[in-house]
Amino acid sequence: MKGELISAGALDRPNSYIGRAVPRPNAKRLLQGKGQFVDDLTLPRMLHVAFVRSPHAHARIGAIETAAAASSPGVVRVVAGRELATHCTPWVGVLTHLTGMKSAPQYPLAVERACWQGEAAVAVVADSRAAAEDGAARVEIDWQPLPVVTDMETALDPRTVVIHPELGDNLCFRREIETGAVDAAFAGAHTVVEAVFHTGRHTGVCLEGRSILADWNDAEQLLTVHQSHQAPHMMQTVFARHLGLTELQVRVICRDVGGSYGIKVHAYPDELATAALSRLLRRPVKFIADRLESFVTDIHARDHRIAGRLAVSATGEIVAIAIDDLTGIGPYSVYPRTSAIEGNQVIMLTGGPYDFKNYRARTTVVLQNKTVTSQYRAVGHPIACAVTEGLVDMAAAKLGLDPIEMRRRNLIRDDAYPHTSPSGFVFEKLSHHQCLDKLVVLMGYDELRREQATLRTRGIHRGIGIASFIELTNPSPLLYGIGGAPISAQDGCTIRLDPGGTITCLTGVTEQGQGTETMIAQVAATAVGVRLDQVRVVTGDTQVTPYGGGTWASRGTGIGGEATLRAGHALRANILAVAGTLLQADPASLDTHDGKIVDRAGGAARMTIDEVARVVYFRGDTLPRDFQAELVATRHYITKHYPFAFTNGIQASWLEVDVETGFITLLRHWVVEDCGRVVNPLLVDEQIRGGVVQGLGAALLEECVYDEAGQLRNGSMADYLVPMAAELPDIEVAHVATPTAESELGAKGAGEAGTAGAPAAVMNAINDALAPFGARVLAQPFTPERILQALGKV
Amino acid sequence: MSAPIQEITLTVNGERVTRRVEPRQHLVDFLRLELQLTGSHVGCEHGVCGACTVRVDGAIVRGCLFLAVQADGTTVETIEGLTESGALADLQAAFHARNALQCGYCTAGMLITADALLQAEPSADRAAIRAFLSGNYCRCTGYHAIVDAIETVAQARRVR
Repeated sequence: MKGELISAGALDRPNSYIGRAVPRPNAKRLLQGKGQFVDDLTLPRMLHVAFVRSPHAHARIGAIETAAAASSPGVVRVVAGRELATHCTPWVGVLTHLTGMKSAPQYPLAVERACWQGEAAVAVVADSRAAAEDGAARVEIDWQPLPVVTDMETALDPRTVVIHPELGDNLCFRREIETGAVDAAFAGAHTVVEAVFHTGRHTGVCLEGRSILADWNDAEQLLTVHQSHQAPHMMQTVFARHLGLTELQVRVICRDVGGSYGIKVHAYPDELATAALSRLLRRPVKFIADRLESFVTDIHARDHRIAGRLAVSATGEIVAIAIDDLTGIGPYSVYPRTSAIEGNQVIMLTGGPYDFKNYRARTTVVLQNKTVTSQYRAVGHPIACAVTEGLVDMAAAKLGLDPIEMRRRNLIRDDAYPHTSPSGFVFEKLSHHQCLDKLVVLMGYDELRREQATLRTRGIHRGIGIASFIELTNPSPLLYGIGGAPISAQDGCTIRLDPGGTITCLTGVTEQGQGTETMIAQVAATAVGVRLDQVRVVTGDTQVTPYGGGTWASRGTGIGGEATLRAGHALRANILAVAGTLLQADPASLDTHDGKIVDRAGGAARMTIDEVARVVYFRGDTLPRDFQAELVATRHYITKHYPFAFTNGIQASWLEVDVETGFITLLRHWVVEDCGRVVNPLLVDEQIRGGVVQGLGAALLEECVYDEAGQLRNGSMADYLVPMAAELPDIEVAHVATPTAESELGAKGAGEAGTAGAPAAVMNAINDALAPFGARVLAQPFTPERILQALGKV
Repeated sequence: MSAPIQEITLTVNGERVTRRVEPRQHLVDFLRLELQLTGSHVGCEHGVCGACTVRVDGAIVRGCLFLAVQADGTTVETIEGLTESGALADLQAAFHARNALQCGYCTAGMLITADALLQAEPSADRAAIRAFLSGNYCRCTGYHAIVDAIETVAQARRVR
């Protein structure tokens, strides 16, 4: 029976919700203003904390004068870093499998030195946020500015100040990859292209700032943390570890989260400080990062300079790629995911869609006095994709090959799997050529080329940009757990049949608006055999959900969905065992459908599922003595065969460059992607589109601009530009489905594909438009100024 | 620093309320903190993102650029009241069906802004919708679905 239940056919059951575009039931509360974000919560005797933050990128903390702040109306307590350090232990953001990686101990508040502009040094706790800010304005700190490290290019020079002398230098991590005969391949190649790419340091800009409400109950010795976060169980472990508590004493609750994208998957010093303050004061303490402090304290990402070379044969086959990546990550590696994964991803992912043998790559990760960087949506992917696709287009142009033809010649063949990349990634099965073919039709490629040529004769310069990509999803413990981080790659789901025949699902994966709860409900309803409106999903509460990693790295559906499917099958088997007893039938002859027990053959209804529940919960006396019903089932899932489930896809951008002003108008954008089995196309398409737009922001608008003193020059929403509705095109999304054979559900992730490929597609489209001028841009964001510089006009 | 408390009286979602407020308190904080109307959100506090959009005397305003004391004597409507009255029901249904929201933080502002557009310009096309939403920031959706949903409602309202 087991084999039958877990056959692929189980997904095609008559009442299957798998593959259906159902709207999100939990979206209704958000549409009515009834969501529950952390700042919407008010607890009795709640206090608010505001932080005094360093105005300098690097400064020694001299005398701290707090008397005026302490006497400011409403202020309850002023706590400096040295005092708070006695209530919260420091952490070091390294992963042991990243050999040689180093970082310095970091405290919740700066103790002796502030190492970036915005680092919190003093906490002012008051009965309102306004009173706390009034108090914070009255704290006097004798800041003693120190030399700063801002330019990553010179961070390792002997003359540059070492930010943490105990580390010996400003090198956080370095890794090199060498596969095949790289030098020989370059020496013997027909054509070699090379270029230096820059990706702009940017940030996530969640519309809801980071938010935490920590509530230490001294009588219960229990810390309840309401947090806007993606990984509640990880934070439970982090709070326990650094506040000297057990996990029993920490409950983390994540209800509505107003955007996250990887920004809210880290342990932030000011959030640990808030929890420590709650314990110190034995009262609830709330911290909501305002917009200005978000810009200087939310993690940044993608501050990279990459020198790349690509060698091709006379017929355009890629024979070798070499890249040298440099990235500046701020003064500390972020805890516990670190700040070295992004660089590592860049060198692991570059060249990823292509079949080539010879590869050399190096990433150098250096410390500097800027805001810390870490994992933001599509970690490393858009960088690797831009470098790869930029070089591929340059080679194609040099050989006179059309970009589509160039990719046809080099993308890994659809029948060539499993395939191991030169960097060591193993691809189970990808569909690059199917996606390429579908894209060519979807966008009307040949017609667009004709239109482009016609318009050029009229002085209108439009470009087509193509970008193939791969996306790392469904990570195994080889990403973090192996390096010692309390980050779970497994996840679980518990499904309970309620007395009225509804089911309640509790899962360790979390919801930030992408539709996790809907996806879980669809899988659970299908597996158990009930209607979607008979399912409630509970996420984001460490006290009740199975231990899990939360939602990141596009794992929610692939990992959490599979755990749910398995739990649902187990519960259905349990329900059928009871029904078989009641109906005196072989459970294998029965099935569930639409809330009913039916004959497997013929489908005739025999009884309802709620009748099964009623008997078990209230009339157990009518069941045989030797039969114990179990109407709760828990299952977990972790990937075992492949370290990651790779997805693939291709994007295209059609845009117009005004060569007089440098302005770019995005006209159309297309994505064809393959995330395996699509559980809910409505939600997947939204993930793709939203991801694309974050990539478009990176390509055209977004950059954290620093001056030489390490001051962020554009740290407000008025100055840091993000994509708005008016400047965006419609985005057309299509799918190819290559399910992973590793799980029954067959789902791979989709959350980062859009972001991975969009900047490269835009870059290639701009350079296609600029080709007649012999101009080229390689530094993101591609601002009008940079376009005009490339054209030699400024 | 705080200045003398002032008393204000206004109508919020059909209810007359009187409160004593600090002159520095902006309207969205007043709604959230004093009246527990937490459906209006604070995104940037400098008038860029639109998450705090509410109606004051029928016109949409940024709750972070409008002081509570300025609202003295006015009629204020928030997502909570506009939901109760059914004024946004068609937009809410279309946003739901089209999944024109993800995290939901911008959604109240989007709905109220969209309704203002459709009242002022019933024949708004996609480009007009996009232009009118250019003061409302959404980081999740990429706007496409939001434009779809509003376009659907625009067509339905025209027929009606």
